[in-house]
Amino acid sequence: MEKAYIQVVETYVPQNTLSNVDLSLQFDIPQDEILKQTGVKTRYITSEEELASDLAVSVGKKFFKENAHIKKTDINFLLYCTSALDYVGPATACLIHEQLGLSKNCLAIDIPMGCAGFTNGLIMAKALIENGTAQNILFITSDMPSKVVHPNDYYLKSIFSDAAAATLITNTKGFEIGKFSFGTDGLGAENLIIKGSGARNPVDFDWLEKHKNVGGLKIGRMEMNGLEILKFSLREIPPLFEAVLHKNNLKESDIDYFIFHQASGIVIKYVSKKLNIAPEKVISSLEDYGNTVSASIPIALSNAIKQNLIQPNSNIFIAGFGIGYSWSATIIKN
Amino acid sequence: MISIEDFITKLKEEFEDVPSDSLHANTNYREIENWGSMHALIIIALVDTEWDVSLTGSDLKATNTIQELFDVVVSKLK
Repeated sequence: MEKAYIQVVETYVPQNTLSNVDLSLQFDIPQDEILKQTGVKTRYITSEEELASDLAVSVGKKFFKENAHIKKTDINFLLYCTSALDYVGPATACLIHEQLGLSKNCLAIDIPMGCAGFTNGLIMAKALIENGTAQNILFITSDMPSKVVHPNDYYLKSIFSDAAAATLITNTKGFEIGKFSFGTDGLGAENLIIKGSGARNPVDFDWLEKHKNVGGLKIGRMEMNGLEILKFSLREIPPLFEAVLHKNNLKESDIDYFIFHQASGIVIKYVSKKLNIAPEKVISSLEDYGNTVSASIPIALSNAIKQNLIQPNSNIFIAGFGIGYSWSATIIKN
Repeated sequence: MISIEDFITKLKEEFEDVPSDSLHANTNYREIENWGSMHALIIIALVDTEWDVSLTGSDLKATNTIQELFDVVVSKLK
């Protein structure tokens, strides 16, 4: 059986930023207080006409530019994970495939997931490599939560950020992807949801009228019960960690680094505390990027690689979790 | 078994932005200066990680003082 590896990770952020100075002016909260509460200094915000798929195309172009040894014809699978599709149909992955100029023999599929999207998508990519269906998978994760956050919602606005990542999963070399554990609990759906979106609860006249002063929130509004999301994270991640260790025949002491979905400062701090992890083992990009949904884990991984933080032969526990509820985790080893 | 003194010490450690001399058993924690929803999240997380007790939003709503909060935690200890 083939083995699956993460070989390359590239990232891309929009030009516009939202700083704690900006938030301080809008909400009259001291900058240092905002940093303490959220763990975030800088967030990236898409411009009005810029969508998650535009970020996806940009990160894809950057990926091929920075990695000239990988030809577009080498890619035989494009997986696109986002919670912000361009259309109900066609698949946004098909549009990105066209703009990147990938081969007609490359299949392009959407994975409409959020905070667990990166690790959920890795499960699929690993299976496609291991069963011989694909040899080089371009897995793009891209999100634009800023477009569904109410402009006056301090809590969500101070955490979420827009960004994209392109990850190459191959059968040759890189971080070997281990065995996964995962779970789903749809009872948590209401605790993190985009209201006024999709077919179940579309935007209507009353909605547009109610939100006319903030542009209508035409593609929906994110609502989050922060308390329940925190409780969910503290409840599910410890057994998820234990299950991943067991499946990969590892002990707690074998894990060199931890990359959690960059949910918020509080979630990362207390999940780490509950797992009794030394702070220096926790890799985070939260301060400089915020919560970039499905792009958060590859951004943290990419930064750690670029800064040479990861020693050879390291075991890295990665865990995606959130909206759904959905969660999954594995070990990657370099 | 935890004591109210241990409980208050832990709260002081977690609430960096709250003056430590403002936390006593009979303090109404909602009336602490700078109190916000983030502090409620920290209480939930602290109690979960330190004592493996899962508080609900209703638990918090039913309490006002730190002593009352402590009593709920003790009643839920496994």
